[in-house]
Amino acid sequence: MVIFVAKRLALMALTMLVVSLLLFLLLELTPGSVATKVLGPYATDEQKQLWLAANGYLEPLWSRYIGWLGRFVSGDFGQSIRFKAPVADVLWPRLWNTAVLGFWTFAIMIPLSLALGVLAGMREGAGLDRVISVTSIVTTSVPEFASAVLLSAILVFWLGLLPGTSPMTSGFDWRQLVLPVLVLVLYDFGYVTRMTRASMAEVMTMPYIRTAELKGLPRRRVVVRHALRNALIAPFTVITLQINWLLSGVIVVEYFFAYKGFGALLLEASLNQDIFLIEACAMIAVFVAAATQTAADIGYTVLNPRIRFA
Amino acid sequence: MSRAGGTGEPAGAQPPTPGALRRALGSLTLLGESPVAMVGAGIVAFWIVIAIFAPWLAPFDPNATLQPFAKPGAAYAAGAGTFWLGTDQLGRDILSRLIWGSRTVLFYAPAATAIAYAIGIGMGLAAGYFRGWADELLSFLANVILSFPVLVLYILVITTIGASGLNIIIAITFASAPGIMRIVRGLVLDLRNREYVAAARTRGEAAWYIMLVEILPNARGPLIVDACLRLGYVVITIGVLGFLGLGLPPPDPDWGGMINEARPVALAFPHMTVFPCIAISSLILGFNLLADGLREISLRD
Repeated sequence: MVIFVAKRLALMALTMLVVSLLLFLLLELTPGSVATKVLGPYATDEQKQLWLAANGYLEPLWSRYIGWLGRFVSGDFGQSIRFKAPVADVLWPRLWNTAVLGFWTFAIMIPLSLALGVLAGMREGAGLDRVISVTSIVTTSVPEFASAVLLSAILVFWLGLLPGTSPMTSGFDWRQLVLPVLVLVLYDFGYVTRMTRASMAEVMTMPYIRTAELKGLPRRRVVVRHALRNALIAPFTVITLQINWLLSGVIVVEYFFAYKGFGALLLEASLNQDIFLIEACAMIAVFVAAATQTAADIGYTVLNPRIRFA
Repeated sequence: MSRAGGTGEPAGAQPPTPGALRRALGSLTLLGESPVAMVGAGIVAFWIVIAIFAPWLAPFDPNATLQPFAKPGAAYAAGAGTFWLGTDQLGRDILSRLIWGSRTVLFYAPAATAIAYAIGIGMGLAAGYFRGWADELLSFLANVILSFPVLVLYILVITTIGASGLNIIIAITFASAPGIMRIVRGLVLDLRNREYVAAARTRGEAAWYIMLVEILPNARGPLIVDACLRLGYVVITIGVLGFLGLGLPPPDPDWGGMINEARPVALAFPHMTVFPCIAISSLILGFNLLADGLREISLRD
């Protein structure tokens, strides 16, 4: 078990190393273009040369990469061109805002999708199962930007219940969080529900469930005590991996609702070629995704003894 | 044509149905077994018909600026015709832009998916069949690319190489091929130990021939289901890129781009964004239902 965890962590570190190399090559392969991005399009060649020399860009590629990586790991992400401030100062508050958004999305999405998935999978093919399955296909087919438009049209334009944007300029406001969370939940819950349903339906066909039913246990007890424990192993992995999807989803939702989060920051940095901010955002996004992937693998092994002792 | 055998005509009177056509007809009747798949296929077919006949169906020129901010159903003041779905802030007819926009998405989504499949299948066959270091390397690279949140990858690639039709296809291929490779690799690992592969190897057939002719056709079932799902995702991707302003350059209509362009005024004039949203969601729903129905059918036998 310890060896397995160590292996997974080493693989994750190697993945992050390759990702950092790819990012570095994509964005900093030619020092001249870095200077243009930092100093702006109207800088003279002389200015660029001075900047390159002052910031160590005249050294060979590999020594630049190692220096960059060293500074990055120690938390020095460089200066943001657009915000005229250290990247770290811009980044952490934005990441916190996205964490708040993600927390509430998961706090609503997980109980909802597990409950619906179990209800649907309990009696495969029954009326309730059909309704839940079709609903989850339909909601998964409406991408975030479309459900954001449709929900704003109904709740903001038509009913006037909620504010249409969520910039949170005058402090934290619950009402501004409702629509972003709703959009993310609506797109994400269908997939988890379907996975839970499939897992539940499979467990319900197992011989030990039939045994429990035949010895006369009430249905509620069969489901809660016998089926659920095995049926919830697969959804655990699916839910953990949803964090990767959520990182894509928040970009769209934060852009649409003008929420000051990490996804909007990444998009803004990319559109403005704010090179050091892009690097930091992309590395953090991949780090979160890779870390949750590793956690999902390890958690799955812990939860499923058949794999742990194989 | 498929009923020719039942009408009592002499068998030699008609040329036999070519094998490929008969198989296509056979799979169409198989589709009839799942009502979900039929509905999905119907929605997709609807949009394909719209895309093909766009020049005849669209009431106006999609890029002509006629009458700004017209409500749905308003009549064209300076000429004949009605804006059934209204116009946008530049005065372009939304229905016509939706109809022409279906061409954009139904060209780029299948094109990008097909290219991603060609590359993903090649990589997956090589990794699964040859195993060894080729497998290790390809699988590791796939893991690295798949560890990116997918939209982060698209934004990085598109903002670096620029937004154009070709670059969108390149970005989608880059992001989807590793996932396809993983699926193909898994299927090949299972199929490579079958007897008919061993027989082909004993006959001395070349490796590429075994992979493409012996293994690949037997892996088609799960791949067809995955392709339908993936088409839905690619439609979402093209829509998202258009919505974020990273899609096809204006002015030609593109559903995601239409939503993005109308966003500043959307809270006052919802019809400008709602109709493109319904269009794109219905197409994605079509692909998802088709995939779901096909999976159901493939599990049945």
